[in-house]
Amino acid sequence: MSDATDALAIGEPLMVLDGIHRRFMMGDEEVRALRGVSFTITKGEYVCIIGPSGSGKSTMMYLLGCLDTPSEGTYELAGYEVSELGDEELAALRNKYIGFVFQAFNLIPRTTTVDNVALPLRYAGVGIGERRRRAAQALERVGLGHRLDHTPDRLSGGERQRVAIARAIVTKPELLLCDEPTGNLDSRVGAEITRLFEELNHDMGVTVVIVTHDPNLAKRARRNIKLVDGQMVYDGPPQEGK
Amino acid sequence: MFEHVLSAFLALKANKIRAALTMLGVVIGVLAVTLLVGVGDGARIYLDEQISGLGTNLMTIVPGRRETRGFGPPAGNIARPLVMEDIQALERQGSLLRGISPMVMGGGAVRFKGRTRDTMILGVGPAFSDLRNMHVDRGSFVREEDVDSRRRVCVLGRTIVKELFGDENPLGQTVRLADGRFRVVGLMEERGTSLGFDLNDLVFIPVTAAMDLFNQDHLTQILTAARSKEDAPAASEEVEQILARRRNGERTFTIQSQDDLLKTFGALTGAMTLMLLAIASISLVVGGIGIMNIMLVSVRERTREIGVRRAVGATKSDILWQFLLESVVISSTGGGIGLALGASIVLALKRFAPSVPVALSPWIAAVAFGSSFVVGVLSGVVPARRAAELDPVEALRYE
Ligand SMILES: Nc1ncnc2c1ncn2[C@@H]1O[C@H](COP(=O)(O)OP(=O)(O)OP(=O)(O)O)[C@@H](O)[C@H]1O
Ligand SMILES: [Mg+2]
Repeated sequence: MSDATDALAIGEPLMVLDGIHRRFMMGDEEVRALRGVSFTITKGEYVCIIGPSGSGKSTMMYLLGCLDTPSEGTYELAGYEVSELGDEELAALRNKYIGFVFQAFNLIPRTTTVDNVALPLRYAGVGIGERRRRAAQALERVGLGHRLDHTPDRLSGGERQRVAIARAIVTKPELLLCDEPTGNLDSRVGAEITRLFEELNHDMGVTVVIVTHDPNLAKRARRNIKLVDGQMVYDGPPQEGK
Repeated sequence: MFEHVLSAFLALKANKIRAALTMLGVVIGVLAVTLLVGVGDGARIYLDEQISGLGTNLMTIVPGRRETRGFGPPAGNIARPLVMEDIQALERQGSLLRGISPMVMGGGAVRFKGRTRDTMILGVGPAFSDLRNMHVDRGSFVREEDVDSRRRVCVLGRTIVKELFGDENPLGQTVRLADGRFRVVGLMEERGTSLGFDLNDLVFIPVTAAMDLFNQDHLTQILTAARSKEDAPAASEEVEQILARRRNGERTFTIQSQDDLLKTFGALTGAMTLMLLAIASISLVVGGIGIMNIMLVSVRERTREIGVRRAVGATKSDILWQFLLESVVISSTGGGIGLALGASIVLALKRFAPSVPVALSPWIAAVAFGSSFVVGVLSGVVPARRAAELDPVEALRYE
């Protein structure tokens, strides 16, 4: 993978979606999870994708995260046309450009926080010593520098999500993709996590895209994209009362 | 690659109990391999030692023609028995032989002062002692002139001395052998048992006296030996020619060399070891199936983990290698433990029960490691492929 896009500047297009469809076959029935969605997100943006349950938000996130490819339409991430890439290239793209944060944290059990956080670096080919050093730095950044050797089962929900965020930022990605990151947290901890995303967006210039139901989270973003029934029905600044 | 091995070890460390249980099958399998092969090898080495202990480069000539190697009762129809003239011919014409002893064997009772013991009576020549490495402790062995003059003298084995004489000095005493009276001229040194046969429970008499005693004019067999290992084939050839010449070219006798005997027993114990190995590998297969099962369960349980790894940059082949190596590491570790256990048991047996013939050959280690490695690969392939082929999105959505 070339490094040509490393020089991506604030305001340059990072993700360009054009007429994206995603269809699933459920037995004989076709489920149309996304139906012709187009938008562009530029580097440094802070976007929330909102919409009712079943509207296709998670499907959208997997597509944006290069874990899935569209049935129709084109998606360009950092200049790469995703549909044209194979398994290895997609894996490298995810590793280099994207950090994921999930609702269910998805930490690897019985593995220390520092090793959990270091995981993406392993697939980037970084040696174990350097890996742990950078993982410790990332944990420091999310305020968990004192929890390096804990296993996930001994952390609170908020701490676990911080570990997950540390794992997402340890490779210094262009894009943080989060699916309901506050969904399993109470509102106070949720607000802390929200603040952390804002800081990361502001300080590191990382593009943040959050899929959420949480209106508190959505209204703090600068841009909201709303999906209903697999179609984009709104794209603009947060709407009051929505 | 190192990374994969490392993370395989980390994964095992993270789940010690399961790893231990998974290993158990292979531990038992390799333990069985080590022990059973140890027993097989032990038997081979024991037989080797026993046969080599009989003497060096020995040849036994028995009457009758046999094509097969090995030993067993001589064939029934003895057209031309072995006789003393054969011994003389061999002595005159043989140039590669180290010694020649005629032999007549029979059973009979030895009596002394009302005490009796049934034993084996061997009629031999003086060369027997050196050929078979059985020497007298006191007195003398059967001598040339004893044979020539059919003298009724005998040499007693240790067991006979103990049973019949107790503390009395047997030398010079007269014992009854079957229905003859024999003077004791020598006492054999203490010997162990060979192939289950007590070498101390023997009476030696001149071969001519034995022919008189058993009322026969032919020999049971002839014992001789090649001068050296290199000479052995030529010596056998020489014996064959000398004896055949005396029989108008007919080969109505069979020469069995010690080497043949070693080969026969070697083939026998080799087959036994292989069979034991086959039995042991069944338990190894069972162990492998166990690993495969648990790896399949593990792949299912760790579906989300697999999804996460894919999300953060693992390729399909990263996942494949991860699970394959986990399986190999589990299996090889189990193999190592099984080998260590088996080796300890074998060594303990050797030390505390030296009469049990077991052996620990280096190739067992190679077999144990090799087979547990192969078992690991074979039982890891299916689970690893299943893991690698998981769709990342479905893996992440998996509840
Ligand atoms: N692998 C799949 N196979 C079949 N249908 C699917 C699959 N993935 C998603 N769908 C369908 O696509 C639609 C959108 O699903 P998606 O998970 O994107 O919704 P969502 O907006 O994330 O909902 P929620 O807010 O409840 O998480 C749903 O109707 C879902 O049933
Ligand atoms: Mg969802």
